[in-house]
Amino acid sequence: MKELLTLTVNRETHTRAIDPASTLLECLRYELGLTGSKQGCDKGDCGACTVLVDGEPTLACITLAHAVAGQAVITVEGLARGAELHPVQDCFDLYGAAQCGFCTPGMLVSAYACLEKNPAATVPEIQQALSGNLCRCTGYTKIFEACVKAGQRLQEEGR
Amino acid sequence: MNSTPVDAPPKPPQPATGFSVIGKRNRKVEGRRKVTGQAIYADDLVFPRMLHAKILRSPHPHAKIKAIDLAPALAHPGVIAACTGKDFPVPFGIIPWTQDEYALALNKVAYVGDAVACLAAVDERTAAEALALVRVDYELLPNVLTIDDALAHDDDAHKVNPFAKHGNISKQVTLTFGDVDGALAASDIELEQEFFYAGSTHVPIEPHCAIGVPELNGVITVYSSTQVPHYLHRDLAKVLRIPADRVRVIQPTVGGGFGGKSEPFSLEFCVAFLALKTGRPVKILYTREEVFYAHRGRHPMRLHYRAGMTKDGMLTGVKSKIYLDGGAASSFGLVTTYYSGQLLTAPYRFPTYEFDSTRVFTNKPVCGPKRGHGSVQPRFAFECMMDMLAEKVGMDPIEMRRKNFIGDHVRTVNELRVTSNGFLECLDKVEGASGWKERFRKLPFGRGLGVAGSMYISGTNYPIYPNDMPQSAVQLRADRSGRVTIFCGASDIGQGSDSMLAYVVAEELGVTLESIRVVAADTDLTPVDMGA
Repeated sequence: MKELLTLTVNRETHTRAIDPASTLLECLRYELGLTGSKQGCDKGDCGACTVLVDGEPTLACITLAHAVAGQAVITVEGLARGAELHPVQDCFDLYGAAQCGFCTPGMLVSAYACLEKNPAATVPEIQQALSGNLCRCTGYTKIFEACVKAGQRLQEEGR
Repeated sequence: MNSTPVDAPPKPPQPATGFSVIGKRNRKVEGRRKVTGQAIYADDLVFPRMLHAKILRSPHPHAKIKAIDLAPALAHPGVIAACTGKDFPVPFGIIPWTQDEYALALNKVAYVGDAVACLAAVDERTAAEALALVRVDYELLPNVLTIDDALAHDDDAHKVNPFAKHGNISKQVTLTFGDVDGALAASDIELEQEFFYAGSTHVPIEPHCAIGVPELNGVITVYSSTQVPHYLHRDLAKVLRIPADRVRVIQPTVGGGFGGKSEPFSLEFCVAFLALKTGRPVKILYTREEVFYAHRGRHPMRLHYRAGMTKDGMLTGVKSKIYLDGGAASSFGLVTTYYSGQLLTAPYRFPTYEFDSTRVFTNKPVCGPKRGHGSVQPRFAFECMMDMLAEKVGMDPIEMRRKNFIGDHVRTVNELRVTSNGFLECLDKVEGASGWKERFRKLPFGRGLGVAGSMYISGTNYPIYPNDMPQSAVQLRADRSGRVTIFCGASDIGQGSDSMLAYVVAEELGVTLESIRVVAADTDLTPVDMGA
């Protein structure tokens, strides 16, 4: 039996009738049309579904939609500042950190959470923050490079 | 047979000059879509009235299908249509000479996870629930689970693949280059070893997904996370028994393939068939578990090597005997079997060489091409051989690899053409950057340092089916707005072929990257592409 759920996603509020068994990922992708977050393993292993719930990286494929009622959800679609990309997005693009791009939304959300907390994060700290996100294309080197460059830009912006 | 020089060495490569686009740090044409979540992958597509389908899979490694009763499942509320192997009596296969699999199992299953039936329903959960209502009457057959099982049994009950000509043998290749036995007999040192590679699978982060959309006049459009839109187009027409001009394949953004999406799979045939049957779009998204059943991963191999060497560390001859565990069908296995022998003959000079490779069928998911197709397993084994030989001769492993370097602008013992070759420079850099001289054999217990060389072929320009058409083609359209549209069948799965096309065209025509659009991998719009 579906139940009404009000979700705040990317600073907008939506109300939908959602099955209590629905995951946050299903709700985002198939109810709200926010297909940026990806289903890779559907078991909490790969990190492609990572979103922020009240600022914390969270695996949307193993989180029930109803469990995040009243909390602020941010997906990859909510990282840009209007039409302007967040530095971590721009650096992923510029430094070739997105190849097939399927892990990229989750990878970006984890990197964003890490660098917004600490733009001066070291490579081992970045690696730790991204340790729940699998990538099969890049070998990670360019992802770490993009994160370091994004952190430098955030520091130059005085954050 | 010695390595013989070919071609005069060209001038050393010069840095590219005079280019405005090529050689610069350009963004990928689709990069911004990928970093904003706007890139559209197959499962991101939604169509009005779309149904969702699920595939029932075999719990048995080997069994006859005596009967399938779909009635209880079709009576389940929300289930709209179904299909079984009887709907797809025409076999297919990516290699024209080994068409030995069916869209859904016909008469028997050959591995746990083999696709048996497919149900389309109003949503994915309903389809999944209804799978439990399908009744399949199986008669169990003896299992063939290992290379030895496959070789030991050639009777009908143990026959894994009904198309196999001899028992469970999928392919056998022997090629000899020079007098290997004579060379081994004359060697100062001979080494004989057996190795086993356990197999591995691609695991693209995107699971396979396909949507069939019925169009006007009996046309079916299939959106699929495939690496091979053209080959899928051909096999859809063949298996569905409809003219190829009624089939359109569109490749959306693909979330990784690595060889694991290089041939048609059950889901593409099922969505096309069920879409035509119901007149509604039908989607199948594989679970991660189903991706492992689809597989086509790197073959397990049992590799037996003999190699001879002079006392000063020069290879004299190499002889290999390899068994490949192929799983239940051929896939690209014919090619894998050749590659397991053919791709070992550089970067070291083999004065003589012989290989004997045999691929067998087993009751397991089908193996195929994966990153370094066919070459990785023999390479692992042979590089271990090189280390063991270095130990026997008492030579540093890097030094021994340098000494056996094949050179540049030569042909290998099996006639592969090597042009420029940076192997020595590469070894120098590895030796320096790894601190080899200071660290090799001097690390604490449990830590080690190792080195290996390898090679792979490129530019084979060899289509999967014989034909005289170009391997790939590009059409350009310039319009009066100044926009240039590139139409190409190449399949961008993250390696950047769309961007490469844009850079080359921008450079050649002197237009900016912003005025270029790339239309790729749509069989209605783009020229045929045979793949790399």
